[in-house]
Formats: sequence, structure tokens, C-alpha cells
Amino acid sequence: MITKEEVEYVARLARLKLTKDEKEKYTKQLADILKYINKLNELDTEKVEPTSHVLRLSNVFREDKVRPSLKQEEILANAPQVESSHFKVKKVIE
Amino acid sequence: MEIYELTAHELSEKMEKKEISSEEIVRSIYNRINQVEKKLHSFVTLTEKEALLQARNIDEKMRKGGFRGLLAGIPIAIKDNMCIRNARTTCSSHILENFISPYEATVVKRLRDEGAVFIGKTNMDEFAMGSSTENSYFGVTRNPWDMNYIPGGSSGGSATAVASDETILAIGSDTGGSIRQPAACCGVVGLKPTYGRVSRYGLVAFASSLDQIGPFGKDVEDAALLLNVLSGYDENDSTSVNLDVPDFTKSLIENVKGIKIGVPKEYFVKGLDGEVERAVKQAIELLKNLGAKIFEISLPHTEYGVAVYYLIAPSEASANLARYDGVRYGYRSPETEDLLEEYEKTRGEGFGAEVKRRIMLGTYALSSGYYDAYYLKAQKVRTLIKKDFDEAFEKVDAIVTPTAPTPAFKIGEKVDDPLQMYLSDIFTISANLAGIPGISQPCGFSKKGLPIGLQLLAKPFYEEVLLRIAYTYEKNTEWHKRKPKL
Repeated sequence: MITKEEVEYVARLARLKLTKDEKEKYTKQLADILKYINKLNELDTEKVEPTSHVLRLSNVFREDKVRPSLKQEEILANAPQVESSHFKVKKVIE
Repeated sequence: MEIYELTAHELSEKMEKKEISSEEIVRSIYNRINQVEKKLHSFVTLTEKEALLQARNIDEKMRKGGFRGLLAGIPIAIKDNMCIRNARTTCSSHILENFISPYEATVVKRLRDEGAVFIGKTNMDEFAMGSSTENSYFGVTRNPWDMNYIPGGSSGGSATAVASDETILAIGSDTGGSIRQPAACCGVVGLKPTYGRVSRYGLVAFASSLDQIGPFGKDVEDAALLLNVLSGYDENDSTSVNLDVPDFTKSLIENVKGIKIGVPKEYFVKGLDGEVERAVKQAIELLKNLGAKIFEISLPHTEYGVAVYYLIAPSEASANLARYDGVRYGYRSPETEDLLEEYEKTRGEGFGAEVKRRIMLGTYALSSGYYDAYYLKAQKVRTLIKKDFDEAFEKVDAIVTPTAPTPAFKIGEKVDDPLQMYLSDIFTISANLAGIPGISQPCGFSKKGLPIGLQLLAKPFYEEVLLRIAYTYEKNTEWHKRKPKL
């Protein structure tokens, strides 16, 4: 089953800041959901191949040709913060 | 009869005969929206000015002659997880509240090319995660048959808009039932095409191996007409399949003689509402009387569908939703110290409860030490579910089931119990896992006056069989003609 510490660990992996209430709620709810999901263990799947995709695609390639793309202003138009044609974020390197 | 009450094929005929203009149709639709939208809340964004402009444009082109788009002048509502260029696409999420799409989804482009008029963007469960449209940052949508009930989800806004005549057509997306279940709850026709039939380019990704766009209509003919426009290969989506698209309106044949239809015994078990069971069994009886051959079949892994889905869909979602980090677009949390905190607070504040729950579940299932036990196990059982259908379709042409185990439930009834909410998708989920097409159409009403949905399933790329059976059923019943009193 899932503990509160595991919930905190998973939240960090998922880059989600959770409140104390959320952590408690998710610990209980995820435990309930996982308990239900454990019914899959009733099935012997030792010799079954996994299905990741119904179309069973392998890589689909296209020619490496230059094609028109969006303009820089269009790309930057939705950004929360822009500085001299770049996305601006908090300092990453000390 | 008001203009807004008509179907797309009726309106197209009237336009062809020059009895009506697109502008008149759009004005009638907006009159209706002004009457009922406050009560229902089907839309996140309404684009009346643009719609009128588009309509006048089409009228002009048709007057000059030469323009014969398949949906010329017909109003359509777009679920708010599909991009219209230069319009807002929110996914009913705080994190995308102000996102203006710089490009157009392939389905939107196809609709535009055929002359469809965009009425607005419809409300949905945030990022299409939900079965009730209660998980919208912008508030719940109400069922037009009873305002205290949910319209289904996640495409609840699209289903409600069609059922209440706020639009003529609508499109939705279906990852685990998100077109078929709201269609059932609202008493309209909704079709999930085969995985790969319709391009997903410009559809905001939820679970990429399951997502598929499809039509909503007031009758089967409208669904077929709209499917003609949506379908086809697209080089921008390498999972769209390069197969010839038939003219689906040719499948509108009132004849099911000799068609073999399977009734899976696993769908008629404990938990199925009595009224739903009765309505669906009556529908099966009618199809039999019309000449279809009915067989009892077995889909033995049915009971594992929900468990498989709630590992695979959240796992794919947790990867797809990693892009919402407040850097390139979307909400950014103010006042953070460093980049990591910026990510965490942006996502913590920007996503709603259900989206966070699924990201957590998916991240857990994919995390080191649990991958084999959960994600890989689910993929293996997915193979077994698909095999069930492969074997069934060796014996039958189509499968008939209820769309949902109950009619619409009350607003608020399941919000605090995610597992119960997940179980409302029990009859629709398997089609997404197996990649097969499905349709829901009205087949009765509960004593409380809520619609009941009939689901038909077929093998991959056999939408034509679904449409033929559904059309025949519809021609011999009156359910689709009922309208909610608003």
C-alpha cells in the first residue's frame, strides 16, 4: 500500500507542490484505487505480451526537409515572461 | 419549429434550395444560446462575432456559386481541448486559462475547409479527466433533462449543447468513454471512431494511445456526415492511419437482416441499473425483430478494464502533462525563489484535484520499483482485453451493450469518491483499450425522465456496421426525437 512518505516522494517526482490536506487525501484515495487495481494480480500474465499501442507501429519517418514553421513572435506570445526573444525563467545556475 | 431544432442534413437541404442562409441559422443558434446558456453552462468561450462573420462569408461564397462544402454554413461547437487558430484553448484548466493557440487542429482545419461555422468552445472535465464535467475550472455543466444531474463527461459541454439545441453539431474526444457516456446521459448520438481514423494533431494530449476525436449529432445521419469530414490520414499525426475513408452516409441503410450481433454476458451483471437493463434488452429485441441475428457472447476480461485503464491512462497523462511547467505558455505561479519551486507551485496551483490525482497515480505506476507490477501488468492485461474482442469479432459483426451502467447521476454525488466515478466508465473503457469504434444512441428514458444510451461496438475500421445498425434502430424508434423542456 501507499504511505504518506511515498505520496510526498511521488509528488516531488511529478513536480507538484501539494498542501497538507491534499497529501492526506491523496494517500487515502490512492490507496483505495491501488487496492482495486490489485485485482489484476488474479490473472496469470507470465506468457502474455504487453500492448503499448493497438496499431503496433514502429518508427514513422519523414524526409528531413525544411518546412515553414510558426514565427518567433507567435511562439513567444503565450509565454508568462519574455526577455529579448527568449523565455525568461528563474536563475538555474548559481 | 425553430431553425435551431433542425439537424445538419435538414439545414443543408434548405441551404441547397436557398430557403435559408447560414447567417439566419447562426442567429437562431445564438438566440437559443441566449435563452438557455445561463442555466446549462455548456460553453467556456462563445465566438458570436467570428461565427457571424464566417456565416456571411459562406453565404456570399454560395451566392456566387461554386462552393459546396459538406458542412457549408452549419454551426458546430468544439470541445475546448482542440485548437482553433488565434482562439483560446483552455482544456477547462486554470493552467491554460489564457492560452491562445497559434495553430489549428487538423479536425478544425477540415471543418473549416468544408464550411462549418464555429459557435464556441465547450466545457469539459479538466484535461478530459472525468465522467461528469464537474472537474472544470470554469464550473459544472448541467444536464438539460434535469438541472440537478450531470451531463456526463468529459465532453459534457458538447453533449449538452447538442441536446439543448445550442448548436447543430459538436465534436468531442473519447479516451475512456468521453464521447459515448455524455451522449448517453444527454440523449444524443455520439461516436468514437477507430483509433487512427481521425487525426489527433491539435488535440491536447491526455493519453495518447487511447485518445480519439469523434462526432456528436442529433441523429445518426448527422454523426455520419460529420465523421466524413473528420476522418482521414494526416501527415502531422503519424498514428493516423493511411486507409481510404468510405462515404459513411452510404451506410445509412435501413436493413439489419442477417447482421450478427453479440450480447456480452459480462455486461449484464450486478451493478447494472434495472431501467437501463430493460431499455437495452428491448432494443436488442427490436433489432432481432428487424432481422438481426443475436448471439450471447463472452468478453471474459471485462471486469479488469477499469483497473487497466486507470494505470495506462494516468501513466500516459503524467508524461503528457509534464509540459505544463509555466515556462513557454500557461499559468505561472508568482513569487517563487528558484526554478524548481516555480515548477512545483505552478503545477500545484494550476492543476485541479482530479488532474493532480491522476498525475500522482501515473507517476507512481511508472516509478522505479513499481513499473513491472503496475504499468507492465496493465499493458499485458490490455492484450487480453483486445484478444477478447478479436475472438468475439470472429463470430459476430457487432456487439451491443448499455453505454453506461446507470442514467446520469446527481451533481456532487461522486466527486469525493474517485473510484465510484471511475466505475461509471466500465462499459466504454474497453473500446479504447482495444482501439475499436463505438457509438452511443438514445434507447429509452428512466422514470425520472433521464435518457438511456445503447452502445454498439465493431472491429477496427468498421464504423459502417455501427452506422447501419444505429440508423436502422433509429428509423424504428422515436427516442431521438424527444427534446428536453428548457
